[in-house]
Amino acid sequence: MCSKSQRSVAFRFHRILRRTTNRPCFPRLRSSFDTAAFFPDRREGSKKEMECVFGLVGDGFALVAADTSAVHSILVHKSNEDKVMILDSHKLLGASGEAGDRVQFTEYIQKNVHLYEFRNGIPLATAAAANFTRGELALALRKNPYSVNILLAGYDKDVGASLYYIDYIATLHKVDKGAFGYGSYFALSMMDRHYHSGMSLEEAVDLVDKCIIEIRSRLVVAPPNFVIKIVDKDGAREYAWRESIKDAGVSAA
Amino acid sequence: MARYDRAITVFSPDGHLFQVEYALEAVRKGNAAVGVRGTDTVVLGVEKKSTPAPRLPVLLLHLLLSSVRKIVSLDTHIALACAGLKADARVLINRARIECQSHRLTVEDPVTVEYITRYIAGLQQKYTQSGGVRPFGLSTLIVGFDPYTGVPALYQTDPSGTFSAWKANATGRNSNSMREFLEKNYKETSGQETVKLAIRTLLEVVESGGKNIEIAVVTKEHGLRQLDEAEIDAIVAEIEAEKAAAEAAKKAPSKDT
Repeated sequence: MCSKSQRSVAFRFHRILRRTTNRPCFPRLRSSFDTAAFFPDRREGSKKEMECVFGLVGDGFALVAADTSAVHSILVHKSNEDKVMILDSHKLLGASGEAGDRVQFTEYIQKNVHLYEFRNGIPLATAAAANFTRGELALALRKNPYSVNILLAGYDKDVGASLYYIDYIATLHKVDKGAFGYGSYFALSMMDRHYHSGMSLEEAVDLVDKCIIEIRSRLVVAPPNFVIKIVDKDGAREYAWRESIKDAGVSAA
Repeated sequence: MARYDRAITVFSPDGHLFQVEYALEAVRKGNAAVGVRGTDTVVLGVEKKSTPAPRLPVLLLHLLLSSVRKIVSLDTHIALACAGLKADARVLINRARIECQSHRLTVEDPVTVEYITRYIAGLQQKYTQSGGVRPFGLSTLIVGFDPYTGVPALYQTDPSGTFSAWKANATGRNSNSMREFLEKNYKETSGQETVKLAIRTLLEVVESGGKNIEIAVVTKEHGLRQLDEAEIDAIVAEIEAEKAAAEAAKKAPSKDT
């Protein structure tokens, strides 16, 4: 249980307005799993395993790639949904998971990161942002958990580029390469084979393309489009899209 | 009269809230601050002088004074300067910054200058109507650009919780003289002219020099930019040169006659 002492850390972020809706309070049987409400069909972001997010660290930069389809059961809502958020000038947050949780949680983190920067006059370091994100996931875990998996990439002047793997149950690892979703089986294998530290931008994008090709050809319901974003000393920005299906206009038929 | 000024929750028989009026006194003792709105720029200026604490070694004090920023940004497009109790200012500024982010989170839009001014004024008013608390002892000058129309704005709030929009205004020490100067000399300006007007106003009441004045310029493209001492000194030199030229021009015709 989260005790009061755990909350009194050196600097506390103000819990600015959370956009959680009130849960319906119909009577439930009390059970030992009651508080940590992962309901049976809400495993690791059920059906959200089709969402692929992967990333890697190169020479002075980090890349995060994510698919761009927003899917609900058998329906594809849109295929240009941007899942890699630019957290601040030098950080990227690629997220996959329950659609509502993904947007609400990542925006909440983004606003708190901005608040820190206004309060203190300097931006948060990547490691600090990753630990804050993980802390918020951990706090919510045994109350009202978020089903979001996150890859946080950032560039700091003193540390260089770094990538953090943050799980939906608040695992935190600093990694050179990481991936989420069914696509991770293919992406991680390709990266294990071809990745080496200090890759140049061309090599890294080439590796990302190899991963995307694998995902497209081997995953049964493969997402057609991907977005690639990069963060380096010049900041966080979109690098490229890889589209195999453009949203067709009416006249296309 | 003395019976009605102990608590904020007590009106005097002639309708005054003495605690609020005393808070305004605290503002009048604070550092001078001026705000000027131009067509494409808004400028905030504050006086950097403060009475030194008796025991602090002079060098340390100088370091402290030179590193304390009196003009703060609330969001990328909004800045604030204040006169009065600086400790109270920290509380208000913190709440305002949170509100700026909170607004962005819930409404996905940046705040307008008027919204955040209304929020800060509302906070100040809350503390004039509660038991056991005292009003915030500061007036704020809030500047910024409307995020969509790009129109610049300058607002002022005071301890009573009222706020209003201005083309130019001053608060704090000697604010009356600064206001008189502005009433005589204000005209629609843009860019560097707005900065010069703000500095000229401050120079009426402050010792001349970059180390006694802090200036921040807010533009639509670049947001808040603090001018450094060298820049301020350069502009002050320009102003003094202009003044000298004006003096010389006044004297010259009388020589001819």
